[in-house]
Amino acid sequence: MEPGYYAEMDPAKRAMLLTALYMAQEQYGYLSREAMERVGRRLGMSPREVYNTATFYSMFRTEPVGRYLIQVCEGLSCHLAGGAEDLVAHLEDRLGISAGQMTGDGRFSLQMVQCLAACGSSPAMRINDTLYTNLTLGQVDTILQDLEGRP
Amino acid sequence: MTFEPVLLRRTSLPRSDSIDVYLANDGYAALARALRDYAPGELIGLVKASKLRGRGGAGFPAGLKWGFMPQSDGPKYLCVNTDEGEPGTFKDRELVEKDPHQIIEGAIIAAYAVGAERAFVYIRGEFFQGIKSWIKAIADAYARGFLGQNILGSGYDLEMSVHRGAGAYICGEETAMISSLEGRRGEPRLKPPYPAEKGYWGQPTLVHNVETLANIPHIVNHGAEWFASIGTEKSTGPKIFCVSGHVYRRGVYEFPLGISLRELLYEHAGGVPGGKAIKAVIPGGASTPPLTADQLDITLDFESLEGAGSALGTGAIIVLDEDTCMVDVARRSARFFAHESCGRCTPCRVGTQRAVDVLEAIEAGRGVPEDLDRLEALCHGISGNTFCPMGDAVVSAIGGTLVRFRDEFEEHISQGGCAAPA
Ligand SMILES: Cc1cc2nc3c(=O)[nH]c(=O)nc-3n(C[C@H](O)[C@H](O)[C@H](O)COP(=O)(O)O)c2cc1C
Ligand code: FES
Repeated sequence: MEPGYYAEMDPAKRAMLLTALYMAQEQYGYLSREAMERVGRRLGMSPREVYNTATFYSMFRTEPVGRYLIQVCEGLSCHLAGGAEDLVAHLEDRLGISAGQMTGDGRFSLQMVQCLAACGSSPAMRINDTLYTNLTLGQVDTILQDLEGRP
Repeated sequence: MTFEPVLLRRTSLPRSDSIDVYLANDGYAALARALRDYAPGELIGLVKASKLRGRGGAGFPAGLKWGFMPQSDGPKYLCVNTDEGEPGTFKDRELVEKDPHQIIEGAIIAAYAVGAERAFVYIRGEFFQGIKSWIKAIADAYARGFLGQNILGSGYDLEMSVHRGAGAYICGEETAMISSLEGRRGEPRLKPPYPAEKGYWGQPTLVHNVETLANIPHIVNHGAEWFASIGTEKSTGPKIFCVSGHVYRRGVYEFPLGISLRELLYEHAGGVPGGKAIKAVIPGGASTPPLTADQLDITLDFESLEGAGSALGTGAIIVLDEDTCMVDVARRSARFFAHESCGRCTPCRVGTQRAVDVLEAIEAGRGVPEDLDRLEALCHGISGNTFCPMGDAVVSAIGGTLVRFRDEFEEHISQGGCAAPA
């Protein structure tokens, strides 16, 4: 640790950074420049410092994502249970996008992510705050149909 | 072997996560006893005598770590590591979602023993349900007087709060977790100094895995001798094993350390679907080298697995049947580590990405014989040259698979790709 590591910093404020970023992301949908500047002003940090920290963490987004963010686990246990690539290929087909993209109407984003700690009930994926396990392609279709029917 | 579960004893009860169910099943009795009958130093002695070893991967003796915390009066902290993200591991999520008070009780006792005034629960950002469980359980524990000021009239105060990670596996490493809790990039710090000396904001900090802490109330309730009588001489107590991959009954199993792998897989997990043979078993999460089929009689404890050139790790057992492509297994692990490398040191960041490139080429049938030397050289270059133990994890996973299944890698190269059934 460099000398002065803790100098000139208010611990109580700095430690709030991740929480503040989550709040901003919730409010703005993603961490726009403006959102990060606001967080920085509140916590007494430069926008650069906020950006530098936020971009370390994959759950902080600096670009908009779809209303439904679909994250498919690409871990080994999910693959062994017939998930991972097969699930993604099916979803790509259904949504007409590739992993890493968002549908034109802004409703769905598709991503591959690492182990979701659901390996015992794999294959697994997550859509926003909900974890889906023991998935079959048929179930994926049902889930999509349900989401497509929502406003 | 039949074994009356200790840590998972309550998880099948309806509403097992509620404080009422916990209280109706011996909950918080150990805390009352610890605060009433033990001086902090005596608790450290008790945990040392139990020979409990950490369940977060490294197996460090818990009592010893408690003893490293200085006796000084300054602020001291406890971090509860709920960052579980090692592929194959899903035990901590189970404990947090189904029996959070067991962890909280263990955490309060640990904090009291080392004189900590604040406990931080660091949880993986993706564990939405777990975050809710933690918040509710902590609020309930406050409401019943198990947290806050003057806990159970003892004069001891402890505050506990939940902190959400944001999608970085490396934050499970204790010094990276501390950086993240301070609101920084979750980059590991050089050790020493260890967190027990300089942790959160430079103050002494005890970091424990969720499962380690869950053992503490039972040690206080039943004694160190009882605990040490479970398991083997050097690996004491119950352990939660996560079984996934090619087995009939995937899930969490609790057994004494030292249970045989064969028994766990065939008698309890139901064996391999389709009656297929086992090709390999990853015994402790993606960062541990695979065992081969002739090693199934090994016992699952720290010393036996270390002796076999692997590790107990987190107790995450991934079963690979005879049709599994081991190059693909190595490639997947490499991708994981490349994705999760924090980027701070070059051997880990660049070395792991190069390994991915080589493995992808071999898997796709574009491999050349020199690639295997290249992989070995990459492992050699990473090993011991990284800032944190993540580099060693990469080498264990990739190098450990290559050493044991070299013929399969060679076959991929000579035959121009994978011959395993898709
Ligand atoms: C790359 C890396 C990731 C880790 N992830 C975790 C984790 O998710 N959970 C955990 O408890 N320990 C994890 N650890 C181990 C911690 O650094 C630390 O040893 C552990 O939390 C100590 O707890 P214990 O003594 O109770 O095992 C990780 C270590 C490394 C090197
Ligand atoms: S590998 Fe997919 S949840 Fe663990």
